[in-house]
Amino acid sequence: MAILEVEHLHKNFERTEVLKDISFSLEKGQVLSIIGSSGSGKTTLLRCLNFLERPDKGVIRVNGETLFDAENPVTTQEAEIRRKRLHFGLVFQSFNLFPQYTALGNVMLAKELLAKAQPDYKARKKEIHAEIEREAKSLLDQMGLSDRMNNYPHQLSGGQCQRVAIARALALKPVILCFDEPTSALDPELTGEVLKVIRGLADQETTMIIVTHEMAFARDVSSHVIFMDDGHILEQGTPERVFEHPEEERTKQFLSRFTRG
Amino acid sequence: MELILEQFPIVIHSLNIGFIQTLKLFFVTLLGAVPLGLIISFGSMSRFRPLSYLVKIIVWIIRGTPLMIQLLIIYYFPGLVFGNSIWIGETGRFLAAAVAFIFNYACYFSEIYRGGIQGVPRGQEEAGLVLGMTRSQIFFKVTLLQMIKRIVPPMSNEIITLVKDTSLARIIALQEIIWAGQSFLKGSQGISGAIWPLFFTAVYYLIFNGILTVLLGGLEKKLDYFR
Repeated sequence: MAILEVEHLHKNFERTEVLKDISFSLEKGQVLSIIGSSGSGKTTLLRCLNFLERPDKGVIRVNGETLFDAENPVTTQEAEIRRKRLHFGLVFQSFNLFPQYTALGNVMLAKELLAKAQPDYKARKKEIHAEIEREAKSLLDQMGLSDRMNNYPHQLSGGQCQRVAIARALALKPVILCFDEPTSALDPELTGEVLKVIRGLADQETTMIIVTHEMAFARDVSSHVIFMDDGHILEQGTPERVFEHPEEERTKQFLSRFTRG
Repeated sequence: MELILEQFPIVIHSLNIGFIQTLKLFFVTLLGAVPLGLIISFGSMSRFRPLSYLVKIIVWIIRGTPLMIQLLIIYYFPGLVFGNSIWIGETGRFLAAAVAFIFNYACYFSEIYRGGIQGVPRGQEEAGLVLGMTRSQIFFKVTLLQMIKRIVPPMSNEIITLVKDTSLARIIALQEIIWAGQSFLKGSQGISGAIWPLFFTAVYYLIFNGILTVLLGGLEKKLDYFR
């Protein structure tokens, strides 16, 4: 069964229709890349999945549970949404790390706030804190940042910041990890280290959705590719299918810009 | 010179009493205007248009007219309209001054707060939301400190201006330090025609503002650990 099912998603901003009937599904352990030109609706789609935008129509299901149904107002209540959000993690283009916390603090903050809501928090405070810290350290270690844990974001390079942001998202163990153009704010030298980390996550069969302009990377890392144009999914399939044998004229036109270099 | 030395203890004693009144007005204004400013800033950022327009008009009037005129209106208006003043004696003058100062400074502070709140990037809130944090957790754990960091330099400026602006209360005869200094010009405690006490009040302002500058600079430095 698919881990994520999106059905007939629509989203309007004022009078502009940004998403026009988006449907797709994703299997556990798969990596889905969403490509397309700027303004095609890729980022909006990702923001809808993370409840940063409210879709006007459509259904979102994770593991068979309906997280969002525009027809059913119960699924759109704030408190409900907060719990459901945790099914998804989101890594932003501009990192959005909290500047007043260290790398370690950034990774631990949300987990600690969630732990405070646990009924046995007061009794096991120290234990819980130590456990959260241990997990956070191990995540940062996995990101190659063991010697940067106590640095503040402004003391880190863009690539290091983005890796902290990935660790921060992973700390909550999301079912699906989303990336919104994770390397677009980085210079080419730093892009590589972030892509390597994402590659590593793909090898561990982390279910991911990646919005990206890095075509070579998308082709290499994905199990499934969606090409979006003007709010529609114009074409989708395996990377070989979409990149080697695109059927639509618009897809060919878009990809030619990359292959010609 | 000898005369000044003779007058010195008497003058200093009077100036000290005046300066206590100055400090009282300063701290009361700060205590009232800091929270009131926050309420006004929320009002001006309200999504309910009539409220935000009303608040913006009030802020425009208060910032667009001299504090001295506001003082005079608040002090004399009740007496002129109702026939007798509600501000009785030195306490009454102090209350009238406090009302005028708190309202005036709250309007300035509200604009500084608004800048501070709106200056925190939207992405900070979104990052918090995506991590499952509640709105109040996001405000207290993420946004607030970034906002404070942004407002410390402009607030320091306003606070130092406030120290000097308290002298405007002289216009309604509040017995603050300028009033105390001036009294020796007209004649008081056997001293008359002395201008130096009035000049000497500047030393009080200078020292007090020096202390504030160091304290606020320290706070600014304390928040320097992040950007």
